[in-house]
Amino acid sequence: MAEMQLNIEIKRYNPEDDDGPHWESYEVPADPLDSALSLLLHVKWHIDGTLSLRKSCAHGICGSDAMQINGENKLACSVLVQDLVDGDGDTITYAPLPSAPVVKDLIIDQSRFFEKYREVKPWLITDGPAPEREREQSPEEHAMIEDATKCIMCGACTHACPSTWADPDYLGPAAMLKAYRYTFDSRDDGAEERLDVVDSPDGLWKCYTIFNCNEACPKDIDITRWLSALKRRAATSQASTKA
Amino acid sequence: MTFEHDVVVVGAGGSGLMAALYAREGGADVGVVSKLHPLRSHTGAAQGGIAASLGNEEEDHWLWHAFDTVKGSDYVGDQDAIEALCKDAPRTIVELEHYGVPFSRNEEGTISQRRFGGHTRNFGEAPVKRSCHAADRTGHTILHTLYDQCTKQGVRFYDEFQVLDLIMTEDGECAGVVAYEILTGEIHTFHAKQVCFATGGYGRAFETTSNAHAGTGDGMGIMLRNGIPLEDMEFVQFHPTGLYRLGILITEGARGEGGILRNSDGERFMERYAPTVKDLAPRDLVSQCIYQEIREGRGVQGENYVHLDLTHLDNAILDKKLPEVTEFSRTYMGVDPKEEPIPVVPTCHYAMGGIPANEDGHVEMGERGEYVPGLYAVGECACVSIHGANRLGTNALLELVVMGRRTGIEMAKQVRQGKDYAPLPETPEDDTRTMLDDLLSNTRDEGEPIVNVRSELQETMMENVSVFRNDDTLSTALNDLQGLRKRAKNVVVDDKSKRFNTDLMDAVEVGFMVDYAEAIAGGARNRTESRGAHSREDYEERNDEDWLKHTLFHSDGNGNYEFDDKEVVITRFEPKERSY
Repeated sequence: MAEMQLNIEIKRYNPEDDDGPHWESYEVPADPLDSALSLLLHVKWHIDGTLSLRKSCAHGICGSDAMQINGENKLACSVLVQDLVDGDGDTITYAPLPSAPVVKDLIIDQSRFFEKYREVKPWLITDGPAPEREREQSPEEHAMIEDATKCIMCGACTHACPSTWADPDYLGPAAMLKAYRYTFDSRDDGAEERLDVVDSPDGLWKCYTIFNCNEACPKDIDITRWLSALKRRAATSQASTKA
Repeated sequence: MTFEHDVVVVGAGGSGLMAALYAREGGADVGVVSKLHPLRSHTGAAQGGIAASLGNEEEDHWLWHAFDTVKGSDYVGDQDAIEALCKDAPRTIVELEHYGVPFSRNEEGTISQRRFGGHTRNFGEAPVKRSCHAADRTGHTILHTLYDQCTKQGVRFYDEFQVLDLIMTEDGECAGVVAYEILTGEIHTFHAKQVCFATGGYGRAFETTSNAHAGTGDGMGIMLRNGIPLEDMEFVQFHPTGLYRLGILITEGARGEGGILRNSDGERFMERYAPTVKDLAPRDLVSQCIYQEIREGRGVQGENYVHLDLTHLDNAILDKKLPEVTEFSRTYMGVDPKEEPIPVVPTCHYAMGGIPANEDGHVEMGERGEYVPGLYAVGECACVSIHGANRLGTNALLELVVMGRRTGIEMAKQVRQGKDYAPLPETPEDDTRTMLDDLLSNTRDEGEPIVNVRSELQETMMENVSVFRNDDTLSTALNDLQGLRKRAKNVVVDDKSKRFNTDLMDAVEVGFMVDYAEAIAGGARNRTESRGAHSREDYEERNDEDWLKHTLFHSDGNGNYEFDDKEVVITRFEPKERSY
């Protein structure tokens, strides 16, 4: 027996049929240790098969199910009922990530998000031939990028950022974190190429260190810190170019 | 509409991206068709590492690795393929590093390596540090790096296009695939000179699994429906340490770093079963031992689980080497592994069996060399067979990258040598259209919710076809599946819209599940011996005289099936008794 009944409110929208988004409510049984995702799946599987959402690994590594839950950007699979409600009869709200076109219900169109990712040249750029064995990297050098490599590209950060809300062309924290991850990789020689992209009006300087990205990140990445390091690198690079 | 590419890869996990990358670098025009965005693929969930005898931490040799893999397979892995895998491993890991994979480092600045189950030095003497890793996010970092590289190289991606059928000519040549564009509900033809399936495993056919929701084994179902057999489907890996009730994986790396399994008495029970390697015995053995402990009443607090104890490890190891699993057990179980042991239970993890393929990815109908022209399979959906009856931890990521690489190179070579498009039949999309229309027209009067059929299938597979099996349980499962086959055709799809209809895709996937679940249960009933992960209570011994062979499952798609044999390749390691 489930320990409680909860009221689930989901922002629904199918552009094929609906004039606009609207909220629908469902009663679902829940245990404190259920994930927010499992309640959505209960609705989809047992109440209304038309409910649409992305999901896959269900334990916070694939990045499919970022959405707004009780007004905050979260991975539905990685937040538990006990962290969202006080008890029986309470309500949980679900909406798609803000400031992105809605495909259907909780699914957003991420094509712009991934265009921005591609803009920053998100791959290792090296001069000269590769050595026979692995490129050496000290544990300290590795530590510079390890936190950033945890990124699962779920979009929770970019869609939590007021700069994204104000300017759809803003590169956003996820893409620039990827730029950081490669630029600060001791094996990389592509800093200049990548800085050309992020050191721009729609890039780094629209990050006003509001920290929304850090709060939204389901992997607890210290995004603002790394973007600040990227800003310092960009400023140094500008200074040396002028000199 | 019809898309054309030299090479079409179906699936965008580690093996699919490797095949795509190397085919592209070999000059081919490559399209990757996947039901998920590539970064959502389940390779990202692989935690503990990827094996290679780099010898960065201590002496190691590819031949030791090959021996461990053969022994781990309970001698039914093909030794030519295993040799290719282990020899190629160091070079391939170095290539991954050059592509940018952020491996964890040791003090010398080379790739850090750790112990893992079944990997030993000098042919079984003691555990060896062979697993290269990026903390416990190894698969995640490989998946993301490969996607970055494919993006750089101009691989064309078709994200959220679900492949539902193969296109075969009357001469038995593969001409392409049919895919459903999830966003629009349109059906498309992909015409290709070379088609590579990299569609992953089927963990979702079982109630308790570490696998993603997407792990529904579609590729294996599609093959069966096109008259292509499946190999060794009876061999299903249950990973010993899934989180109790949830099945979420806790990496074997936790035991590699010194974690210990304990029963209700607090006893380190693996000492009794595997005195040499103890908790680092291979997965088949450890899962069987956990079930045995539970059966004999030593489950913790009388429940169906045991403890994974990490409390004696340095906090720094948990923070640096096992951060993700530490977080999972806090988030989902409310257990801090620094303070108390983690409740764990075996969880369905990996398919050793699959689409018969050789070490260059060619799909084979029966005999070796009997290729299906233009068709390849690689990764978990394929059976090469490297893992035989039981896969060693860290050999799956390795297979993805080594075999993905080889397959990509082979496909590019075939294209360069002038392999042309096979002609498309007149109406390649007809079967798919009919299947979808039929599902959409089902009504509540004669049909039932998708979840009923899927859940019953998962329950009967878990109850009857998991760690221990016998003729009665397997007959029960096969009988259940006969009923489920009819019911799967009548499931009701609530969502009738064209736009992002995941309800319809759920219905299709249940149909595939029934098809290959029959291959798993049927294969298990057919193999009257115990070997590796296939443990028969009514045939407890391994029987080399009758069963040192692969089995091929052929189905007519209506519940009628038969088996063929296929020889095991033995190069250097004669079958011996397997003890640890």
